[in-house]
Amino acid sequence: MERFIGKYWPVFVLPTLVAFAVGFLAPFLMGLYLSFCDFTTLSDAVFTGFDNYLRAFSDASGAFLRSLGYTALFAVISTLLINVFGLGVALLLSRPLPGRDAYRTVLFLPNLIGGIVLGWLWQVIFNGLLAPYGLTVVTNEWYGFWGLVLIMLWQQAGYMMIIYISGLTTIPAELNEAAGIDGASPWQTFWHVTLPMLRPSVTICTFLTLTGGFKLFDQNLALTGGMPSGRSELLALNIYNTFYGRSGWEGAGQAKAVVFCAIVVGIALLQLRLTQQGEVEA
Amino acid sequence: MKEKRKPVGAWYRLMSIGMGLLSLVYLYPLFMVLINSVKKKIYISRMPFALPAENTFAGMVNYQTGIQRTDFLMAMLWSVVITLLSVGAILLFTSMCAWYLHRVRNRATRLLYRLFVLSMVVPFQMVMFTLSKIANVLGLNTPVGIVPVYLGFGSGLAVFLFFGYMKSCPIAMEESAMIDGAKPLRVFFSVVLPILQPCFVSVGILQAMWIWNDYLLPYLVLDLKRYKTIPIAVQYLKGGYGSVDMGAMMAMLVLAILPIVLVYLFCQKYIVSGVMAGAVKG
Repeated sequence: MERFIGKYWPVFVLPTLVAFAVGFLAPFLMGLYLSFCDFTTLSDAVFTGFDNYLRAFSDASGAFLRSLGYTALFAVISTLLINVFGLGVALLLSRPLPGRDAYRTVLFLPNLIGGIVLGWLWQVIFNGLLAPYGLTVVTNEWYGFWGLVLIMLWQQAGYMMIIYISGLTTIPAELNEAAGIDGASPWQTFWHVTLPMLRPSVTICTFLTLTGGFKLFDQNLALTGGMPSGRSELLALNIYNTFYGRSGWEGAGQAKAVVFCAIVVGIALLQLRLTQQGEVEA
Repeated sequence: MKEKRKPVGAWYRLMSIGMGLLSLVYLYPLFMVLINSVKKKIYISRMPFALPAENTFAGMVNYQTGIQRTDFLMAMLWSVVITLLSVGAILLFTSMCAWYLHRVRNRATRLLYRLFVLSMVVPFQMVMFTLSKIANVLGLNTPVGIVPVYLGFGSGLAVFLFFGYMKSCPIAMEESAMIDGAKPLRVFFSVVLPILQPCFVSVGILQAMWIWNDYLLPYLVLDLKRYKTIPIAVQYLKGGYGSVDMGAMMAMLVLAILPIVLVYLFCQKYIVSGVMAGAVKG
């Protein structure tokens, strides 16, 4: 088989490979290199070592570090809420409730709507709710923070629900019945039977929501645009504004992007490691 | 037995009512946009939750302003063109690539597969600047030109999902076709492709959801004077000075959401099962 198709790589692999080189590999490697350079465009780069990284971290009274903390907090809180809520709804809607298909349909719907649209839509709702108190969603960064958490909960919970439901259907019914016969309470059954069996789904869902939380951009841009004065910027928006908001800061922006990338890849690797360990134990 | 069933039925009915209320809460934001899209713009931020009344009703004015100012109908057209072409290219080329990587195992294919997996986790900000410059130099700033960019940046997830799916596909049919004298391309299109059908649906849906809603990549790559997509047109209403015509905004949000809801209602089965299959493999 290998020898039979081996020489056909120009047909099978080349189109994707060329696009992958243009769309990912070249920009990735150049980005890595440029983070050590002073530049305003691709052709005027001068190697400056770690200068950009120093500038990135000392940027305007630690705006980058603050944004990093803000983003990490957001990612963790939204991951927890989305998964607890998504799993809860999945547990209910995997039972034969009247009308459950319609409920599943409704809960999944927001996931199809884009981040820019959602940001503007919810801005009107939040401002409408806050208006009687003379506040808006950009009065301070925490209104924007909890606003984003709510948007992501509304958007992502249905997606996670679908993944949890498909995980729940793979658990054999005898297992739950056996636990019931042994006198386990519903709570004990959930904790000691259902949840361990759901481990693969939990891993996927926490991975998707955690990395998604770190990478969030569109909703942030449309809801607050970083206001007031950049204090509600998640990392992705902070990096974007460093690149395109201030001239001469492209290098620092790229250095921030490399740090950002390292964090997200690090989380992915950690999660992969934990999953593999779990599988060995199980 | 009969006695035992009754309380369970009542419990389910109660839960069903609870889920019904939750569904209404879920749908409310969409309803709110709809009513505000036909209100005069000064009444939107002041009282977004009020139904349109005689003095606040604006007819279709918001729709007219919004469509005119953002060239929204053209943006819809370009969104359709870009999404269809990109998803088509991704499905065709990455499935071929994944089959080759799956059947031919050597150092090069293993390295390439790892790079594809890496590209799935890397945040867009890492390559944002360099990718947009490269795309510009190569003249990829048109709705057709952006297709290879999407193929490149989207190939990671697609190859990963196809590759995972192929692990469970038998090799016997491919071998017998080969012994019958079929060339690799023939084997791929008449034997492998039909087996991959469910995976095509799930990869296609995941990529379409991403590309349709994507904001930053087309914003940085496309020639914005000539081409906008729906998310770009929506964000464009914000303009440079921070003041937003909320009436036009609400109307454009309705136009942005409507096609998604319609497609979802007609293809709901495929979308939900596609997402499920994609997640389980991930």
